[in-house]
Amino acid sequence: MVNEVCLRTLDLDRPWLLEQYQSRGGYEMLTRILKEKTPPEEIIEEVKKSGLRGRGGAGFPTGLKWSFISRNAPGQKYVVCNSDEGEPGTFKDRDILRYNPHQLVEGMIIAGYAIGATQGYNYIRGEFWEPYERFEAALKEAREAGFLGENLLGSGFDFELYSHLGGGAYVCGEETALLESIEGKKGQPRFKPPFPAHFGLYGRPTIINNTESLASIPMILKEGGPWFADIGVKNSGGSKLFSISGNLNNPGVFEIPMGTPFSELLEMAGGVKGGRKLKAVIPGGSSAPVIPGEQMMDLTMDYDAIAEAGSMLGSGAVIVLDDTNCMVKVLERMSYFYHEESCGQCTPCREGTGWLYRVVSRIENGQGRQEDLDLLNDVAARIGGRTICALGDAAAGPVAGMLKHFRDEFQYHIDHKKCLVGAG
Amino acid sequence: MNTIEVNNRAELFSPQVREEIDLWVAKYPAEWKQSAVMAALRIVQDANGGWLTTELMNDVAAYLDMAPIAVYEVATFYSMYELKPVGKHKICICTNVSCMINNSDRVVDHLEDRLGIKLGQTTEDGRFTLKEVECLGACGGAPMMQIGKQYYENLTPEIIDSILEGLE
Ligand SMILES: Cc1cc2nc3c(=O)[nH]c(=O)nc-3n(C[C@H](O)[C@H](O)[C@H](O)COP(=O)(O)O)c2cc1C
Ligand code: SF4
Ligand code: FES
Repeated sequence: MVNEVCLRTLDLDRPWLLEQYQSRGGYEMLTRILKEKTPPEEIIEEVKKSGLRGRGGAGFPTGLKWSFISRNAPGQKYVVCNSDEGEPGTFKDRDILRYNPHQLVEGMIIAGYAIGATQGYNYIRGEFWEPYERFEAALKEAREAGFLGENLLGSGFDFELYSHLGGGAYVCGEETALLESIEGKKGQPRFKPPFPAHFGLYGRPTIINNTESLASIPMILKEGGPWFADIGVKNSGGSKLFSISGNLNNPGVFEIPMGTPFSELLEMAGGVKGGRKLKAVIPGGSSAPVIPGEQMMDLTMDYDAIAEAGSMLGSGAVIVLDDTNCMVKVLERMSYFYHEESCGQCTPCREGTGWLYRVVSRIENGQGRQEDLDLLNDVAARIGGRTICALGDAAAGPVAGMLKHFRDEFQYHIDHKKCLVGAG
Repeated sequence: MNTIEVNNRAELFSPQVREEIDLWVAKYPAEWKQSAVMAALRIVQDANGGWLTTELMNDVAAYLDMAPIAVYEVATFYSMYELKPVGKHKICICTNVSCMINNSDRVVDHLEDRLGIKLGQTTEDGRFTLKEVECLGACGGAPMMQIGKQYYENLTPEIIDSILEGLE
């Protein structure tokens, strides 16, 4: 039950090549759609049935997002893929780009067909040179085979697809900042509404989806929406790529059904390094609230289970922490990140992330005061929900969880001016 | 907008650099040449030993019919552009959480000791710059670093030594 969708060709020798992708039925779905002139509504309906929810972090239903585009409105529309992959702990899209780029290309062309767009861009983070080259090579092969360009396979449908390379800015993973960045501007998120479906790239109707979401499309259509939905569990259709890292024997990317027990995922990742005790898990990227290890061992990896435990599945980035880690230090590093990466447009985010970092930092460095604990919660609460984009929420998100579950460590730092764990 | 008038567009940059930039310009709608600014800055930076001068940014502005200020805004917003000289090899070390808990401190210490510089500095011979970076999306290989276009993962002091010895 592993590697059924996005990583299904991983066992091949050089799965990134067209010929190898085609040896596993690659581009068959696109070919069938173009030959049979499948009505776009049918495609969107199938994606809805699959239960696919956006894999970039927010978990918005993909089929529903596509249905917001008025297909027949005149003028250009765009399909944009988000391969910015910057949420700390996430490293799955890199593997899709490196090992199965053609499935993403096929998914993007089908998305274009479904929403009536003839142009697509894949926004790849600037540091991802090797993945970018793999994707570029796939584009070239696809073009030569007639899957990209004008009048695809004689269908009358045109589709062109290019990559755009980022320049090192986490906030550009936010969909509207990403659009600004493609437009050649600094990546500052836009106010929403209007949403990209109405006013997107170059002011045109645009869908933006994560790499994994788009790469799932060919298999969803080939095997049918219900097939995909049934791999997973209620409200969490399909399989999912989990990037699991931290104190592990065998960290990596694992594609497993939604709803798989965390304990199984941990086992695939070789268990906690050195046989140490599992202390805590950040289940969905660094903005997801932390969950104590014991509690995590009873949870399954799906949207509902993780949400009920007070956190979120996010991008499926699982960070595993053993008992040598000081949670104050971990929160300090995360707060530093959000402070560094805030684009500075909104006062609560710009100032709040700075406050969070400074306060956690002084606690970590033995200069914390008793009132700092409440101050942290207070600052976090003042950021949440008051900003243009979700980076502010992402910065605030981890704070309450850390203070709820590991308050004693923060208290110890304040009382004794040193670390409870000893390692910090 | 204050764009720079140029009569000599064909003389800006080398033919190879122009050709590369033009490939990017061709990807975007004709009226959106500006979309190629990130690529243009990267290409020009690479051709200039890894950093951007004001003059080069002005040339990019002229080449893409942009206001220079709009180009500076882009160059200062994104962390991969360098506005000061850097070493021939820019070593970017990730210190975000997954790398941190896998001893990225040890990677930093080892490189600082070996090269005799601190994070953010360049060796006197101009060969190496050390830079701290945020998560590079390779946390499964923590601790990791990037040099040029290449990722290096699962680092130990010994591996770092052999990587450095393999560089020109
Ligand atoms: C600060 C910030 C960073 C983000 N980074 C990414 C990212 O690297 N990749 C991604 O796919 N989505 C990222 N997102 C989510 C996108 O805004 C958007 O929801 C997503 O690309 C939509 O695609 P999906 O519905 O297929 O998930 C980020 C959001 C925020 C607020
Ligand atoms: S929340 Fe932060 S990152 Fe997002 S737009 Fe506002 S200042 Fe920028
Ligand atoms: S934390 Fe270092 S690569 Fe992600």
